[in-house]
Amino acid sequence: MTKFTLTRRGLLISGVATGVLMGTGLPSMAETPPGVLVVGQIAEPKALDPAAVTAVNDFRILMNLYDGLVRYKSGTLEVEPALAKSWDISEDGKTYTFHLREGVKFHDGSDFDAEAVKFNFERMLDDKHPFHDTGPFPLAFFFSSVDTIDVKDPQTVVFTLKEPYAPFLSNLAYPTGLIISPTAVKKFDKDFGRNPVGTGPFTFKEWRPNEAVVVEGNPDYWDTPTTLKAVIFRPITDANTRVAEMLAGGIDLMVEVPPVALKEFENNTYHLVEQAGPHLWFLILDCAKGPFKDKRARQAANYAINKEAIVNNVLEGTATVAAGPTPAAFAWAHDDSLKPYPYDPEKAKALLKEAGVAEGTQVTFYVTDGGSGMLDPVAMGTAIQADLKAVGLDAKIETFEWNTFLGKVNPGLDSKGQHVDMAEMAWMTNDPDTLPYLALRTDAWPDKGGFNSGYYSNPEVDKLLEEARTATDQSKRAELYKKMQQIVHDDAPWVFVANWKQNAVTNDKVSDFTLQPSFFLLLKDVKKT
Amino acid sequence: MGGYILKRLLLAIPVILGITVIVFLIMAMIPGDPATAILGSYATPDNVARINRDLGLDKPLVARYFIWLWNMLHGDFGQSFSLNRPVIDVVLERFNNTLILAGTSFVLCTVFGILAGVISAARQYGLADKAITFAVLLGISIPSFFLGMMMILFFAVDLRWFPVSGMTAIYGGGDLADVIHHLTMPALALAVVATGVVARLSRSAMLEVLRQDFIRTARAKGVREGRVIWGHALRAAMVSIIPVLGIQAGFVLSGAVYIEIVFQWPGIGRMLVDAILQRDILLVQGGVVFVASCYVIFNIIVDVAQSLLDPRIKT
Repeated sequence: MTKFTLTRRGLLISGVATGVLMGTGLPSMAETPPGVLVVGQIAEPKALDPAAVTAVNDFRILMNLYDGLVRYKSGTLEVEPALAKSWDISEDGKTYTFHLREGVKFHDGSDFDAEAVKFNFERMLDDKHPFHDTGPFPLAFFFSSVDTIDVKDPQTVVFTLKEPYAPFLSNLAYPTGLIISPTAVKKFDKDFGRNPVGTGPFTFKEWRPNEAVVVEGNPDYWDTPTTLKAVIFRPITDANTRVAEMLAGGIDLMVEVPPVALKEFENNTYHLVEQAGPHLWFLILDCAKGPFKDKRARQAANYAINKEAIVNNVLEGTATVAAGPTPAAFAWAHDDSLKPYPYDPEKAKALLKEAGVAEGTQVTFYVTDGGSGMLDPVAMGTAIQADLKAVGLDAKIETFEWNTFLGKVNPGLDSKGQHVDMAEMAWMTNDPDTLPYLALRTDAWPDKGGFNSGYYSNPEVDKLLEEARTATDQSKRAELYKKMQQIVHDDAPWVFVANWKQNAVTNDKVSDFTLQPSFFLLLKDVKKT
Repeated sequence: MGGYILKRLLLAIPVILGITVIVFLIMAMIPGDPATAILGSYATPDNVARINRDLGLDKPLVARYFIWLWNMLHGDFGQSFSLNRPVIDVVLERFNNTLILAGTSFVLCTVFGILAGVISAARQYGLADKAITFAVLLGISIPSFFLGMMMILFFAVDLRWFPVSGMTAIYGGGDLADVIHHLTMPALALAVVATGVVARLSRSAMLEVLRQDFIRTARAKGVREGRVIWGHALRAAMVSIIPVLGIQAGFVLSGAVYIEIVFQWPGIGRMLVDAILQRDILLVQGGVVFVASCYVIFNIIVDVAQSLLDPRIKT
């Protein structure tokens, strides 16, 4: 009898509890209204000040709030006019005169003019600028070639460079070159990053920490305005949760779909978009010490690794096989005749033998567990290890967390008493100059402040890169880059593995969405019902 | 009693100071620095030095520690570089969210754990005991993050009863019902393991008490069985259950990290993980010191509660 009381009480409590829980569970989830697009982001943004941030995740929001003087033509990595209607480059390639678009206003109502442009770049570059302390500006060196900025009249601004620097225009198209409102910087000072004001197709509405950044369509946009009422960017760090939100209808668009989840979206309810970008995943080989000092051994590594298998099996088709140091996304500078090293273990063995590398030679291989653009580094590292084993190279893997990894690899593979034969690396760039200039030149060895961690050196490559940087004519630059690619391909200072294809999924309410080779997320022309 | 509490509070000071030293040294010693985290592949020695200067990281270690401690004693926890906001604002906001989650789970695991344990003990080897023991073992064995993912798949994706993640609806939410709606799944997922532990230990504590003479006496006097169990036995068993609850509170708080990641709950656990990955030194330090201090204080409360229940403990 008494025992019955117990159970009854227990039942009552659990019954009430279940009722409460179910009751709150019953109302169906609020659907987002038409014209409001919810985007699943991979992390909470750091700030919405384009000069102060470095993460692609933040760029995805920024590109919709701001405009630069120039921008990439849709679907390409070639610059076209944006806030600047046109520009002239002097004969010596040192003076850039920009003619600005008239009648453009910032979201706060202030005028966009030459003074605003000058303010933007001096804030970043001049230590003594009154608003320099609104930084730090980690990517300011993109514009370190700028000597002076002069306002000729309200619609004309002149940049004078210290030396000719051809990537200047594509750097202006990069988020670091986006133009912010000087009035807003003066008003919000250090809080500008949380109160962004630009000229872009969307205006900033609110930022609820860890929940959402909300932007609204700007009806007065100088270019065709968007039909979207608002875009809500939601930070969802866990990839599985992001996928679940997409399946449950909590977001309309998600970027960086994990390869293993792609199958979930292969039906009519969803639309999968893919776009190869200016990304390269490669192995740095130590050209100064150890077995890879010999060019034949480096080529052997390129032959030995089955890149097709990595791209298709490990990455589930979310990347393409890389042919050389310049990603194919730089269509104008990429040498299409260059073919990836085929998978040929026999040839690899023969080359290793020629190079005098004994079977079973041990090599140290640094692998990271994650990191920007690193895709699936542990699984890829393991696949590479197995391929090398098959040709008689015994790779010993050491795995490090990303920041630690960079701290070990960037100072050079033979620095700080370590000797590493190979290390994983990936770069995403905006100009064909950036990666080879920073990571393949003799003057870019780590002790000289560069990223040539494998100590590759070829005077011919050095010369080509310097020349390409100062040539302002694009076809001339293209020719030089193509020559560089052929030499580097043959010298094989790296194992060229993969070019990442960025992907995104939208549900069936979203139309007209495309991804850009720049990896920027442009939402102006997207429609949502 | 007052003296006991004062003594415990005074003893907490060196503990918290010790925590500040440890967390500071750990953040100083782990490889990788904020500048590398900010710059990523662009981390040249020049750029790194410039960022370090901007962040005040170019001063000697000891100086940095005392500047930090001194500022903290004045209520200034510094500025988080990765979020661009004062550390204390972020920590309080996030900790509040974690308390909502962990607090709910703690209440759930206390209520259901003790309930299950007492029923189990009262009907030892009966059907209810076997059913509860089985359920408890199952609960203890399932990792909470896995359970969380399964719950998302079933209740959010398939049935659409609950939202997948977050703390409030993204569009027009934010009231209490909305928060409860979002809280249900993560709080349950987080409570399951702790409930199992509390149930197991309540059961054995109760069994021990139920064998004692005063229970037999009570029954012999003709006290109703319900009163014997809930009044006499449970009260005596609480002395050994409360310390377990103290430990479970810590467990729920640390277990919240996984749950916060799976359910995108904007709590302090997730914040700390992100902050560590980005080497946001001040945020990590401030967050850890704050959470650790709360934990120390909570333990004092548990000890005091226990000494109130069992005067033998007080010394």
